[in-house]
Amino acid sequence: MSEPTSAPSPAPAPAKAKRRSLAEWLRGYTGQKYVTTLLFLLIPIILMILFTVIPAVNMGIFSFQERDQFGASVKWVGFDNYKTLFSDSSYFSTFINSLYYFGGSFVQQAVALLVATILCTKIKFANLFKGIIFFPYMMNGVAVSLIFRRFFQKGDGITNTEGTLNSILMLFGAEPVKWLSNPSIVNWCLVFASIWRYIGFDIIMYIGAIQSISPDIYEAADLDGANSWQRFRYIIFPGIRPIIALQLILAIKGSISVFEIPYIITGGRFGTSTFVIRTIDTAFTYQHVGLASAMAVVLLAIILIVTGIQKAIFREDK
Amino acid sequence: MSKTKETPVTEGTAAAAAETAELTGTDALAEFRKNHTAYKFKETPKPVRVIFIILKYLVLVSACLLVILPLFVVLLGAFKTHDEYITTSVFALPSEPQWGNFATAFIDGDVLRGLLNTFIILLISCAGTIITGTMTAFVLQRFNSLFTRAVKTVFLVAALLPNISMQVTVFQVINSLGLYNTIWAPCILYIGTDIISIYIFMQFLNNISTSLDESAFLDGANYFRIYWSIILPMLRPAIATVLVIKFVGIYNDFYTANLYMPSKDLGVVSTALYRFIGPYGAKWEIIFAGIIICIIPSLIIFISLQKFIYSNLVTGSVKE
Repeated sequence: MSEPTSAPSPAPAPAKAKRRSLAEWLRGYTGQKYVTTLLFLLIPIILMILFTVIPAVNMGIFSFQERDQFGASVKWVGFDNYKTLFSDSSYFSTFINSLYYFGGSFVQQAVALLVATILCTKIKFANLFKGIIFFPYMMNGVAVSLIFRRFFQKGDGITNTEGTLNSILMLFGAEPVKWLSNPSIVNWCLVFASIWRYIGFDIIMYIGAIQSISPDIYEAADLDGANSWQRFRYIIFPGIRPIIALQLILAIKGSISVFEIPYIITGGRFGTSTFVIRTIDTAFTYQHVGLASAMAVVLLAIILIVTGIQKAIFREDK
Repeated sequence: MSKTKETPVTEGTAAAAAETAELTGTDALAEFRKNHTAYKFKETPKPVRVIFIILKYLVLVSACLLVILPLFVVLLGAFKTHDEYITTSVFALPSEPQWGNFATAFIDGDVLRGLLNTFIILLISCAGTIITGTMTAFVLQRFNSLFTRAVKTVFLVAALLPNISMQVTVFQVINSLGLYNTIWAPCILYIGTDIISIYIFMQFLNNISTSLDESAFLDGANYFRIYWSIILPMLRPAIATVLVIKFVGIYNDFYTANLYMPSKDLGVVSTALYRFIGPYGAKWEIIFAGIIICIIPSLIIFISLQKFIYSNLVTGSVKE
C-alpha cells in the first residue's frame, strides 16, 4: 500500500514520460482500485483508530496504571489493579446480579416463544396485539426506567401515594411492599422492567423465524390432524432451534453488560449494581481510571470467551 | 433466516410431507392416509380446542394489559394536579385535565431543547453514517485485497468491544480532541463506532451483482461514479433499514449524552428526562408529562412505519 499512497499527491515536475505512465496507471483498473480504497476508507479508518483502536490499546495500558479522568497524575502500578479486582470480592460480586438477568432471560425467551407461536396462528387483531407488546422496545430507556420507578413505588403518605403494583395488591387486600429498597426482591423488579422493555423484539424475531418455515410442512401436519401443541413440538420448535440457541448466547452477553435500567431506577443502590455500573462509577465518580480500565479488560475477556463459544456452536450451521 | 428452512423436521412429519407432495388427487390422498396411519396424530376433541382458543386470547390479553397498565398510570398522572397526585389513587381519574403540566415539562423542564438537540444529532449522525458506511461497505465488499481484508478483521473485532465500558478510555480521546461538552461528541461517536450499519450495507451489496459495476467501468465510469450513480441508489432499502435502527438507537440512547454533554443547554431527550429526577424529584406529575411527550415521537413513527420497523429491526440484528 505504500506506492499508491504517494500516487494521488500531484508530483511537481517528474519526467514527462513517467508522469503519463503514472496517470495511465491511475486511470487503469488496479490504480483506480487503490485510489478508491484509500479515499473511501480514509475517514472511516481515522474514526476507527481514534475511537476504537486507541481506546482499546489505552485500556490495556491504563490497566497497569493509577490515573485520574484527565490523566494528570499517572503512576505505574504493575498488576496492582488486577490484584485489587480479584482479591476484593465487592467487584466480582456484582456479577452475581447478572445471574438474575440471565435467569430472567429464560423466562423472557419462553414467554416470547409462546406469544410468537400464538400470534402465528389464526388470531383476531393479531397486529394490534403484536403492536402493543412490541411498542416498549421503541421507548426511551429513561422513560421506561421512570415509569417503573412509579410502578414499584412505595407510598409514604406525604409526598407519594402507593405506586401501581402496590395499588393493585391493595385491591386484593394485601399489604404494600417496599419493592425497590428491599435487596432480596429489588433485582427481580429490575429484571421484570428489563423483560417488559425487550421482549417485543424477541417476539418479532421468533415470528420471523416461524414464518420462514415452509408452509407445506404445516399443510401436511394439518392433513394428519396435528393439534397446536403437536405443531409446536414437532414443527416449530425443531425449525427455530438455531435461533433459540443464538438468543440464549446473546442473553449471556446481555446479562453481563446490564447497565441502563438499574442505573436509572435505583442508581445501583440496594444491591442492584452491575459490573458495568461499577466500572463507570470507578472511572467517573471515584476517578480510578486505571482500576476501571482493568475492569473493562476483564469484561472484554469474558465477552471474547462467550463469543468464542458462540462461534464454536454455530460453525456447523454456516 | 434461510438456514432455519434446512433444519430437518421430525422424521415422521418430514416423510409424510414428502409423500403428500407426490400424491395429488383426493382419492390418492385418502388412500395415502389410510395406509399411513402410523404418521397420523390423534384428533383433538372439540371442547379441548375451544379451551385452547380461550387460553390463547387470555395470554395475549394479559400480556397487553401488563404493557398498558404502567403506561396508563403515567398518562393519568400527567393530567393531575400535584395535590391530586399525592392524595388520590393511581387509578383515579383527574378531576380536570392539567395541560399546564405538559407546558411546564416542555419549556421549564427543557424537553423542547432536548427534542431539538436530539433532532440535530440524529440528522448529523444519520447523514454521516450513510455516507461513510456505504463507502466503506462498497470498498470492503467489492475490492478483495490484503488491506481490505485486514480492515474487515479490525471491524469484526471492534464490534465485540463492550460499548459502555469502553467509554472509560474513549473519554480521554474525546477530551483531548476538545469535543467534551459539545454536540459533536455524540455525533462523531455514533458515526465512528457504528459497525452494524457497515455490515448491513455489506450484506446487501453481496446480493447486488458485480456485472453492473464492471460494465459501467468498461464504459469509462470511474469508481466514484459507479458508487454514486449505481451502488448508492441500489442500496436504498439498506439505507432505510439503517435509518430505522439509528433512530431507535440514538433517540433512546442515554449514556453517551449523559457522559459527554453535561451542560444544561446540551440536553437530549434522554438526559432532559433524567435531569427531571433532580429539581422535579417530588413533582411526579411533571415527570409524567415529560415521559408522555418523549414517547409521542416514537409512537408516531412506530404507528406509521409498523410493518417496516418489524422487518428491518430484525434483519438488522440477525446480520450481526
